[in-house]
Amino acid sequence: MSSVPEIAIIGYAQSPSWRAAELTEPQFLFPVISEAIERAGIERRDIGFTCAGSCDYLSGQTFAFVMNLEAVGAWPPISESHVEMDGAWALYEAWVRLQHGDIDIALAFGSGKSSPGRPAEIYPLQMDPYTLTPLGADPVSIAALQARAMIDAGKITEREMAEIAARSRANATDNPYAQVTGDFDVDKLLAEDYYTAPLRVHDLPPISDGGCALVIASATKAKEVCEHPVWIRGIDHRIEVHQPGMRDLTESQSTRIAGEHAGVGDAKVDVAELCASFSHQEKILATELGLADDVEINPSGGALAANPMMAVGLARIAEAARAIAERGKHRAVAHATSGQALQQNLVCVLEGD
Amino acid sequence: MATQPCAVVGIGQTKHKKRRDDVSLPGLVREAAQRALDDAELTWTDIDAVVLGKAPDPFEGVMMPELSMADALGAHGKPMMRVHTAGSVGGSTSIVATHLVETGRHDRVLTVAYEKQAEGNAQWGLAGGRSGGMGAGGIFAPWMRSYIAKSGAPEHIGWKVAVKDRQNARKNPYAHLQLEDISIEKVKESPMLWEPVHFLESCPSSDGACAMVLTNADGAKQAPRKPAWVLATAMRSELGTFPGRDPVRPQAGVECAHMLYDAAGITSPRDQIDVAEIYVPFSWYEPMWLEGHDIAGPGEGWKMTDSGATEITGDFPVNASGGVLSSNPIGASGMLRFAEAALQVRGEAGEHQVDGAQVGLGHAYGGAAQYFAMWIVGADLDSVAKKKSQGRR
Repeated sequence: MSSVPEIAIIGYAQSPSWRAAELTEPQFLFPVISEAIERAGIERRDIGFTCAGSCDYLSGQTFAFVMNLEAVGAWPPISESHVEMDGAWALYEAWVRLQHGDIDIALAFGSGKSSPGRPAEIYPLQMDPYTLTPLGADPVSIAALQARAMIDAGKITEREMAEIAARSRANATDNPYAQVTGDFDVDKLLAEDYYTAPLRVHDLPPISDGGCALVIASATKAKEVCEHPVWIRGIDHRIEVHQPGMRDLTESQSTRIAGEHAGVGDAKVDVAELCASFSHQEKILATELGLADDVEINPSGGALAANPMMAVGLARIAEAARAIAERGKHRAVAHATSGQALQQNLVCVLEGD
Repeated sequence: MATQPCAVVGIGQTKHKKRRDDVSLPGLVREAAQRALDDAELTWTDIDAVVLGKAPDPFEGVMMPELSMADALGAHGKPMMRVHTAGSVGGSTSIVATHLVETGRHDRVLTVAYEKQAEGNAQWGLAGGRSGGMGAGGIFAPWMRSYIAKSGAPEHIGWKVAVKDRQNARKNPYAHLQLEDISIEKVKESPMLWEPVHFLESCPSSDGACAMVLTNADGAKQAPRKPAWVLATAMRSELGTFPGRDPVRPQAGVECAHMLYDAAGITSPRDQIDVAEIYVPFSWYEPMWLEGHDIAGPGEGWKMTDSGATEITGDFPVNASGGVLSSNPIGASGMLRFAEAALQVRGEAGEHQVDGAQVGLGHAYGGAAQYFAMWIVGADLDSVAKKKSQGRR
């Protein structure tokens, strides 16, 4: 692999995370994309490449992503692509495209509305269609198996899980985009009934609608338009075998490999935004990324506070950039995931000047 | 930041059929991918990253199928991406894969596209599912009618394309439709689906997959067979409806073509491109794209078809493989165009080989004729330059 090119985040924006947005996806995306462009200090026409991430199945309609072009403003025609993945992978594609050097600004965004569907019915369709979909293998059940495996292996306790959930929601109190916030007492949380043992409701992410957009630029352009660009020092993503029974669910090999390639361990990490949709996954991710005890994890509240599918991973990168640009942090790690029980993972390392 | 050349060193496709009951979904993609690897004389462990493309997930009822196909495509521990840009997706997927090689992110990339239409009801999906839209034919028919009215094309042009592509398909063992007795009479007398499109002027529903192995110059040097060099790629999109839009000659298609020609150094596409694989799901789209991509002048596209210029033996052969009219595994249809163009410039297209093809065009479009993806491949990195020095053929 070649050396890491000099590319920076120059603009970011996200919508609030709604339990059920009254707006359509293009409607709530339009102000998000506009804000990201405005913060970048550029015009729409300056964008040389656009990449979107969304999922037809969430919208319940084939070609739903086509509508989102309205929010981009594809006239005159634009150079554009779409991944049926979280917007974090759209960012990866845009980051690769910028490396050609013929364009200097790219836009990546992700969006999704989970509210129209029933996750427990939709997500089994994401599993092997011959052996797992017919069993109704939904994300909560698979995550519960994963949490059970961790508890059995002595890698986490239910109390630690509740502490992660409580910290995330407390952190989210100051996050205007978050959905589930507040101060929760760990003992009270542990007194609640199981939802799917060993998971309680607090271990689960909310069901959310929302979107996120990022503008990235070459070094020359970033320095020209932006006072404090946030540099992408490394970005890598990996997938692993699908069948949950063929993986050690208490680990995440793909996160480890992606983290190594992104250079997480090359210097001290100040902040990490991890896409842990279930409380116990935060511990797996922190372990695989080798994060030290003093790393601030999910100051935004993470996916446990706001979980707009297809945008939640990109939002981790936006939040990590925000920690650097607005809170004076120097080096941040952001993580996105796809599939059940952390099957596919993306890791991005960001730095301030 | 500079780019490096990208070469196609492995090409594979399945036999396209109405129903591939003999393979699972992962089995279908693996069949094409294994053939591409065999062609490149590489193994699964040689591949650094996988880029998968297909049309809407609801066509088969599998959401984000890259997840359950990761095992079959040997992606464990590797980067894997999933592209979706409507009908142009097979082309866009190929282009995303070339970017990974051109920018030096990876040395060898496997790209795969598929559709297994028989698993579901793609027509229902294309027609907006429960919301009950018009379907692809219903959307495109008025634009074909508009083209006919504007260009003054006689109605037999559509029939001619339908016959030509099905005759070409008989020279391609992978093609779905193998119609022995296709004729102008049969096309003309087949049922009218969406005026002016008769049944035999429409693409079939197919199960099938296509795969390519892409690599850099070093990889191309080590390849056992002649590579096809990617000389240029282009993608363009526009909104599907707005006042003043020209859906017959969409601006995104015009700009995509010119961006492509400029990048490849092509100044006269008709003279400098030897063979074209153009996404023609309905017969009339052959002349429409010849004009829509400025290969022919306004009102001249149908005359190219009428003169026989687009036949295998003509001066601008279009869809020597039989095209989308003969095989349409939707998500793979664009990649098949790209791969067939590459096969031609490698001189490995078998019975449907165009003699001496040096420069090939692969093309795909999608949505409401609003997404475009195109590439130019050459037998050599300087194939276009050589043509220019030779002058007009």
